[in-house]
Amino acid sequence: MAIDRIFKDEASEEKGERARMASFIGAMAIADLVKTTLGPKGMDKILQSTGRGREVTVTNDGATILKSLHIDNPAAKVLVDISKVQDDEVGDGTTSVVVLAGELLREAEKLVNAKIHPMTIISGYRMAAECARDVLLQRVVDNKEDAEKFKSDLMKIARTTLSSKILSQDKEHFAQLAVDAVMRLKGSTNLESIQIIKKPGGSLKDSFLDEGFILDKKIGIGQPKRIENAKILVANTAMDTDKVKIYGARVRVDSMSKVAEIEGAEKEKMREKVQKIIAHGINCFINRQLIYNFPEELFADAGILAIEHADFEGIERLGLVTGGEIASTFDNPESVKLGYCKLIEEIMIGEDKLIHFSGCELGQACTIVLRGASHHVLDEAERSLHDALCVLSQTVNDSRVLLGGGWPEMVMAKEVDELARKTPGKKSHAIEAFSRALVAIPTTIADNAGLDSAELVAKLRAEHHKEGCTAGIDVISGSVGDMAELGISEAFKVKQAVLLSATEAAEMILRVDEIITCAPRRREDRM
Amino acid sequence: MALAFDEFGRPFIILKEQEQKTRLRGLDAQKTNIAAGKAVARILRTSLGPKGMDKMLQSPDGEVTITNDGATILEQMDVDNQIAKLMVELSRSQDYEIGDGTTGVVVMAGALLEQAEKLLDRGIHPIRIAEGYELASRIAFEHLERIAQKFEFGLSNTESLVQTCMTTLSSKIVNRCKRDLAEIAVQAVLAVADLERRDVNLDLIKVEGKVGGKLEDTELIYGITLDKDMSHPQMPKRIEDAKIAILTCPFEPPKPKTKHKVDIDTVEKFQTLRVQEQKYFDDMVQKCKDVGATLVICQWGFDDEANHLLMHRNLPAVRWVGGVELELIAIATGGRIVPRFQELTPEKLGKAGLVREKSFGTTKDRMLYIEHCANSRAVTVFIRGGNKMMIEETKRSIHDALCVARNLIRNNSIVYGGGSAEISCSIAVEAAADRYPGVEQVRSLSLHPPMFIFVNHCH
Repeated sequence: MAIDRIFKDEASEEKGERARMASFIGAMAIADLVKTTLGPKGMDKILQSTGRGREVTVTNDGATILKSLHIDNPAAKVLVDISKVQDDEVGDGTTSVVVLAGELLREAEKLVNAKIHPMTIISGYRMAAECARDVLLQRVVDNKEDAEKFKSDLMKIARTTLSSKILSQDKEHFAQLAVDAVMRLKGSTNLESIQIIKKPGGSLKDSFLDEGFILDKKIGIGQPKRIENAKILVANTAMDTDKVKIYGARVRVDSMSKVAEIEGAEKEKMREKVQKIIAHGINCFINRQLIYNFPEELFADAGILAIEHADFEGIERLGLVTGGEIASTFDNPESVKLGYCKLIEEIMIGEDKLIHFSGCELGQACTIVLRGASHHVLDEAERSLHDALCVLSQTVNDSRVLLGGGWPEMVMAKEVDELARKTPGKKSHAIEAFSRALVAIPTTIADNAGLDSAELVAKLRAEHHKEGCTAGIDVISGSVGDMAELGISEAFKVKQAVLLSATEAAEMILRVDEIITCAPRRREDRM
Repeated sequence: MALAFDEFGRPFIILKEQEQKTRLRGLDAQKTNIAAGKAVARILRTSLGPKGMDKMLQSPDGEVTITNDGATILEQMDVDNQIAKLMVELSRSQDYEIGDGTTGVVVMAGALLEQAEKLLDRGIHPIRIAEGYELASRIAFEHLERIAQKFEFGLSNTESLVQTCMTTLSSKIVNRCKRDLAEIAVQAVLAVADLERRDVNLDLIKVEGKVGGKLEDTELIYGITLDKDMSHPQMPKRIEDAKIAILTCPFEPPKPKTKHKVDIDTVEKFQTLRVQEQKYFDDMVQKCKDVGATLVICQWGFDDEANHLLMHRNLPAVRWVGGVELELIAIATGGRIVPRFQELTPEKLGKAGLVREKSFGTTKDRMLYIEHCANSRAVTVFIRGGNKMMIEETKRSIHDALCVARNLIRNNSIVYGGGSAEISCSIAVEAAADRYPGVEQVRSLSLHPPMFIFVNHCH
């Protein structure tokens, strides 16, 4: 007899073997996609959008690549998600986390084919992850006490992060830039205070960090182009028409003269407002919204520099930089806190004019100006710098540091191997597999550099059997090198997040034994 | 059949449009129904127990859900067949009433249907089978009551509650931290439980998730978390001993609720209007300060001028807070929700020990924590996790654990798990079968669920 389908048409169900295979294949495909971007000799990818304009993005950052892909396979979506979360949480390691998760699943597939139950594999992986994390905690180095050493740690971390991106040619320069910017933040992880301005033209080497603040706006006409000892009022108020805020109000008159009177009253209102502002004793007025011509003229007459349309974030940063309060009412000039800075002037970068504030009181915010050959270069430079800044700001809070270049992976792999030997039962196979997956990261780095990865990794493993070894892969010389000497370091937080996220994602996908896909919602083809 | 002949021999049709309907009768119909029910149960079978596996479901919009919870799987599954829809309803009602056991109930229903199929094949009438089942279930129920044990619990003796919650969590992906999560669930429930009436209002427990951090960072907050930040970036980020004014009126000039128009026809009126506007904002902020509030939480928004005034007068404020959260804040801090500024009085203010703003990760994500509230009857379980799907699944698991804890408070008798209760009932039913004629065949029904747990384990 016929059994009615219990699902709607076009919904499909995959069970058991086929479901597992579908998830593995999807996940491994994603991991293989981003594998070649790992490490100092990793390559970038060009992404072309299908939207209007066919925009092109060139990038090395794992999260950016994955975010731009349209993916159908649900297991692959899990991986894309962990990459995104890694980006949001720590900023770097987005490619490593996907590669590690892919490797864990590849090893798991072999185990499943050997008839080991996924649950066993999962509990084995968990034990291995615990053990790996513990060993990392033991070997971590914390230089918080010593400011000199801490700063050099930060430099090393910045260099390592930037070495796989487009900025690697000038990594000294940019590492210095990033570390300076982050030190100014004084421990806050709010990267909004660091403004990044992109101006095409020049080359990457011409980028610089400005201790003051640069606003990408022009000074109004007829106003002084240079002010010393500026008192600044930062405001967020409508200087166009001072609208009557009572809802439903409208002007209803019966003769033209009355209209003229009311218009005059509006003007008076604006004039009063400007007077009140001037009464604060300022010589610079920055507004988030528009300033119409009339008030602009009044300001120019009074010799006050007026800047309009500074965007919302700019206003917050200005508040931070100059120490002023963001005002919206002007009735109490005595109690409003004014911002202060030594010099405001107009400068030129490339072909554009910008306003430069220097000598600010609280130097928490700063500006990085990026110059470069084209928009693509600038975009990628901004992303890379952003990654470096994120990692550094996280490290300022959690100052534990590890050596890089594949060293932590080998250390973890060795410990996990030992654990496997001590564990009875089928779990030990899973733990061994975990250790093999960990070794895949140095292998990938070596592969991307065109070196003989099997030879190198074997050498590395032998080195690690000695006590106190600091060996890792040195891609520049193409052999095993001393990471402490070469100054290659990574932040502990990044490594820990990579380890835990990848293990979690692998667990989630391993636990699935059936995939049920609902019918895709019928919608018109949007192109 | 569909055609009948009247007294003159003329044919007339009883059922219209015979070609477009299909009709299954008798044994065929029953077999088809049972097959559909079995199919659904077969899907859920592999999720049962601590070694049960999860299912990955892809919704029509491409959203992926990975879950172990029976009710969720069935809801997202988009079934067409009517009997399968019945099973979905079954699981859903189990979820609403009890909260846990949603997979087990469907598996058991499937097992009963399977056994019934064999009896149908032997020619036993379905009604007799149904009656037999009724009788057997009554016997099993009585037996369960007999073997159930009451246990004592209290605010200091929560071990048995925690263990029961741990059983619930052991079949989910979060079983790595089941001890911690079980403790969190039990503490949350005990905090809001009404022990005299033996009831728990689960609405008072808010479950919030934020991506980032690790699962181990999940914590119970004796207070409320708000996914909002202070309305002005320069407001203080930490307030101790806060007195909270909870408002549902916006800091904007008043809008009368009837349609109206205000006509301005002279300059003086224009100016008066202007002065009035300013006075409004001033009044509003002043009133809040007069009653002694140190934090304002508002359901609607603030006008820019009002915002600035608030910051100037040192009165931190939060805007655009949702209605549900506002109620929770009112309950937790013991304040009253005030609809108009005129009605603000010092008694209506809520009290909280600490209000702070916390930021996460490298994005601008900020949340407000309102802690050490006067009345700790509203709590929040704040879940962190590696990725979005993990957080969703953790939310579902915590919900299950909370329901289990609630059920225990309502009725504090337990039976031992791991299939022992099922086997015990099965033995009782078999014994009874010998006494009642006609019920003989109905014995082996209860053996199946524990079988599945066993099968899932040894692979």
